Amino acid sequence: MTVALRTAALTKRFGGFVANDGVTLAFASGARHALIGPNGAGKTTLINLLTGALAPTSGDVFLGDERVTDVPQHARVRRGLARTFQVTNLFPGLTVLESVLLAIDQRDGLTACWYRSVAKLRAPIDEARTLLATLRLDADRDVVTRELPYGKQRLVEIALALATRPRILLLDEPAAGIPADASAELFGVLAELPRDITVLFIEHDMDLVFRFAERITVMAQGRVLTEGTPEAIARDPRVKEVYLGEAADG
Amino acid sequence: MTPLTGGARLPSTRWRRTEVVFWLALVAVYFLLPGYRTLGSQVLIAGLFALSLDLILGYARIVSLGHAAFFGVGAYTAGLLAHHGWGEPISGLVLAALAAAVLGFATSVLIVRGQDLTRLIITLGVGLLCYEIANRAAPITGGVDGLSDVTMWKLFGLFNFGIDGRTAYLYSLGVLFTVFCFARLIVNSPFGLALRGVREGERRMPALGISVSRQLVAVYTLAAGIAGIAGALLAQTTQFVGLDVLGFNRSAEILIMLVLGGAGYLYGGLLGAAIFMILQDRLANLSAAYWQFWLGALLVVIVLFARGGVLGELSAWRARHVARGARGGR
Repeated sequence: MTVALRTAALTKRFGGFVANDGVTLAFASGARHALIGPNGAGKTTLINLLTGALAPTSGDVFLGDERVTDVPQHARVRRGLARTFQVTNLFPGLTVLESVLLAIDQRDGLTACWYRSVAKLRAPIDEARTLLATLRLDADRDVVTRELPYGKQRLVEIALALATRPRILLLDEPAAGIPADASAELFGVLAELPRDITVLFIEHDMDLVFRFAERITVMAQGRVLTEGTPEAIARDPRVKEVYLGEAADG
Repeated sequence: MTPLTGGARLPSTRWRRTEVVFWLALVAVYFLLPGYRTLGSQVLIAGLFALSLDLILGYARIVSLGHAAFFGVGAYTAGLLAHHGWGEPISGLVLAALAAAVLGFATSVLIVRGQDLTRLIITLGVGLLCYEIANRAAPITGGVDGLSDVTMWKLFGLFNFGIDGRTAYLYSLGVLFTVFCFARLIVNSPFGLALRGVREGERRMPALGISVSRQLVAVYTLAAGIAGIAGALLAQTTQFVGLDVLGFNRSAEILIMLVLGGAGYLYGGLLGAAIFMILQDRLANLSAAYWQFWLGALLVVIVLFARGGVLGELSAWRARHVARGARGGR
């Protein structure tokens, strides 16, 4: 198997709190890999370390064979690593089409171009329209993002990530806060993604996790508890324990 | 600050009818109000200065309290050139733009590091520094007495910068329009879209592969250069450079003009400058000492009831109008 993305003893401390503690993981090319664990397990921190939004206290991140620990976030995106955010993080005053165009223009190296009109660059516009159609957002193209319903904003999150044409897609609770039927639809869209894209996602809905993931990593208290196929994870007593423990605490 | 945006669709590059009317009106002022050519050219220059601030405030949301630094550097560059015998206007403008842009580029390093409050203080600090340097370098700049003996050559070798303000008005209008077209091109380009991206979601930008600091450095340098052109215009048309070109007041007033007109539309600064300076002129005639009282009152009203400035209100009104029309089911 070729490894698309891996970490070596990745550790992140916030003051005295250890959010990630020696996390060593590898994600195979083309994987459909879920990252699960109770709240506070360090999943989002891990995503932030992988993308470069946070710098690790120690340890390394590798994209393919390249060590990217010191590569800034925007430069990792250019190497094919895209993400979505757990808390919607969009461009409230731009239209859906403009937002996606921004991502496409950047990918094509056009955002330094100051003398051509966005409205006249047909190829990015056509691509954006096609992308929005696959995400069933074509009717909302010219809607200003802040006026979109929340569920559709979650789809825009994914549209922006896909517009960068990633090789690896990190989804931080893509279906958070949207109704069950909409989240099923959202995962339907994700299931149609080309198989050469590596997908790593955080999700709390176990139905979705077990339907979509081919491999699952369980985290607890900043560490990797275990990793395996959905069947193996479902049988693992330790996994039940961390989740039951959380339920008992909560 | 409320986010400001234009229309919902992709910005069109075609000139709207209101835009054409606006520019024709500026030409008409020259013929219809010959007595106001001098005030008119001051308004045009302030409008150009406000336009440069709009690029960084309205499009990239950098709040600056020291934008006069670039205006002043431009004014002194053009003024000193003419003072020392090079009075050719156009090349003076170009060199002034370059000088201001160099300072803009150098200080942009400080701008990209901080957030709003840090930027406010840094820009303020840079402005004060420039003022004090010009003050101390009196042998070169003339200090508080100002720089006189700024003798301009004829524009294109043909038009004299006379006391009637003819050349000053048309020259200022020509330069303003040229720079405006350039700015309009920029805000409608992918680069401009990325600027609006910074304004709307700075934190999201790196996740799209965009380096926010590169965009900010570029736009800050550009805005500085345009402010330098505005300063040079003032020096050339008045044939004098006072220390106040670098003053804090100028930075504050230009911010007021832009907010008054509405940031993020390009036209806001031009409208705001016109409103501000015509009010100043009228109110000062009524009571020279108290005109700022009425200005203050106007500002409070704008901030309370019309956050987006004149253009913000107009565009909100139009949006409501369109929505009502749609509901009416035509």
